[in-house]
Amino acid sequence: MLSHIARRLLAALPVMTFVALFVFGLLYLAPGDPAAIMAGDQATAADIARIRIALKLDDPFPIRFGNWVWSLLHGDLGLSLFTNQPVAGMIAQRLEPTYLLMLMTLVISVAMALPIGVVAAWKHNTTSDRAVMVFAVLSFSLPSFVVGYLLAFVFGLQLRWLPVQGYVPLSNGLWPAIRSLLLPAIALGSVYIGLLARITRATMLEVLAQDYVRTARAKGVEDRKVLFKHALKNCSVPIITTIGSGVALLIGGAIVTETVFAIPGLGRLTVDAILRRDYPVIQGVILLFSFTYVLVNLLVDMLYTVFDPRIRY
Amino acid sequence: MTAIISDVAPRAGQSRFGQLIRNPNIACGAAVLALLVLIALLAPVLGTRDPTAISAFDRAKLPSGAFWFGTDMLGRDLYSRVLYGTRVSLIVGFSVAIGATILGVLIGVFAGFLPRFDAFVMRVMDGLMAIPSILLAIALIALNRASIWNVILAVTIAETPRVVRLIRGVVLFLREEPYVEAARSCGASVPWLVFRHILPNTFAPIAVQATYICAVAILAEAALSFIGAGVPPSTPSWGNIMAEGRALWQIKPYIIFFPALFLSITVLAINMLGDGLRDALDPRLRKRV
Repeated sequence: MLSHIARRLLAALPVMTFVALFVFGLLYLAPGDPAAIMAGDQATAADIARIRIALKLDDPFPIRFGNWVWSLLHGDLGLSLFTNQPVAGMIAQRLEPTYLLMLMTLVISVAMALPIGVVAAWKHNTTSDRAVMVFAVLSFSLPSFVVGYLLAFVFGLQLRWLPVQGYVPLSNGLWPAIRSLLLPAIALGSVYIGLLARITRATMLEVLAQDYVRTARAKGVEDRKVLFKHALKNCSVPIITTIGSGVALLIGGAIVTETVFAIPGLGRLTVDAILRRDYPVIQGVILLFSFTYVLVNLLVDMLYTVFDPRIRY
Repeated sequence: MTAIISDVAPRAGQSRFGQLIRNPNIACGAAVLALLVLIALLAPVLGTRDPTAISAFDRAKLPSGAFWFGTDMLGRDLYSRVLYGTRVSLIVGFSVAIGATILGVLIGVFAGFLPRFDAFVMRVMDGLMAIPSILLAIALIALNRASIWNVILAVTIAETPRVVRLIRGVVLFLREEPYVEAARSCGASVPWLVFRHILPNTFAPIAVQATYICAVAILAEAALSFIGAGVPPSTPSWGNIMAEGRALWQIKPYIIFFPALFLSITVLAINMLGDGLRDALDPRLRKRV
């Protein structure tokens, strides 16, 4: 198992290297001279030249890439062109709301989608099954920012059950933080819930047709036990795979959802960075999110063996 | 050979079309989509005002007889702006669907036939897919000025790897089919194999995939414009109308409501069309997902 983990980590290296190369190429190709931007409006040509030398901007591409990766491995993502602060620090400050939001979305989505999908498969071709399918198509079609505004309007502005916008940091307690992220998490999760419920339903339909399910029923095992113990466990591999690949949707959606709910997270940071053309910050966020995505899918790979002992490495 | 081909991939004829249109999902989705295309084409006729005309007296007016969907903060007529927004969404959706399909089929077919090219290309595709597609698009747009063509380019690059994956898989599978082997043993050249025997059989999955990409692209454009990295504010698009309504949404929710409604209906129609096509063209998939 340990050697398998090591091998999987090694296999992820080329992908991560490609991502790093792509992200570095972004800064390399970006229009505008970072030295000139840093120097400001009053700078002379000599000032700019001095900064260029200090930042080693005149080195050839491979050397600059090497230096960049080296400092990356030391947690140095460079300086923001706009605030002159270290990008790593700026990202660290915004980490909490974004990752808490994604975690909550994940938990809420799985907790809602699995039962919905199981019931749809069990009651195949009934009204409840069709309702689930309609819900799934709707959830694919309604963008998370539209769902976000809808939820904020109904539960925030009209019913006043939950805060309309904003984020309460974890330092003020767990419950206020969760309360402030509840609507964003449901909005962000809407696509995810539809996707997961559809996959669960489809896999369940296949598994429920298997002989061992009939055997279990024939020997008098109660329905709930058959569904959740015998059948759902055998659906786990496609479901976990979808959870993993859906994290990409989650990351993209988080940026937009944070804008709707005015949450001061990485999404807000990204949007501000785009508007200001702050390339080092854009780079840092893309690197972080891509590595998160690769790591999550690595974890998904590991989980296969836990849920399906037939898969051995 | 011709007889075998027509067995495997029946040509789309009158009866086939009739069969497709009888699927309720296809009929409904296609009808709504056709209506939207009409709206996009006739936007100058249907619109009541110039969508970019600013009027200081008519700022943030509620929907009324003069302004059917109300006006925004600059006094521009939202009804006309939303109509013109249809153009942006459909252009982006169709262009990305066509572009990503052509690019994906080209790369996918080459990857399926040239093992060395395959090893390299699939690593690149894995790398591109490791970057969530909205982020990839943001990165590419950040390099350039925000414009509708840059949005199309960026979303196409972000969506192409998925088509490549699909096509490569289908090509690898079809390559080993007995009928392709038979054609090859008769001395058919690779281009002939590809165009005559393999591509016609990839039509069903391509059509379905292209529909979904169209929906994803429209959503991506709206999201990008909404966060300010998409179509510039000078061209009305559903995403940037919503972006401009963001500051006022708690007191003037209708500014966001109408573009959101159009966006949702459009994507819903395209997704229904895709689901219908999947059921009709590939019955094996009907039970799945």
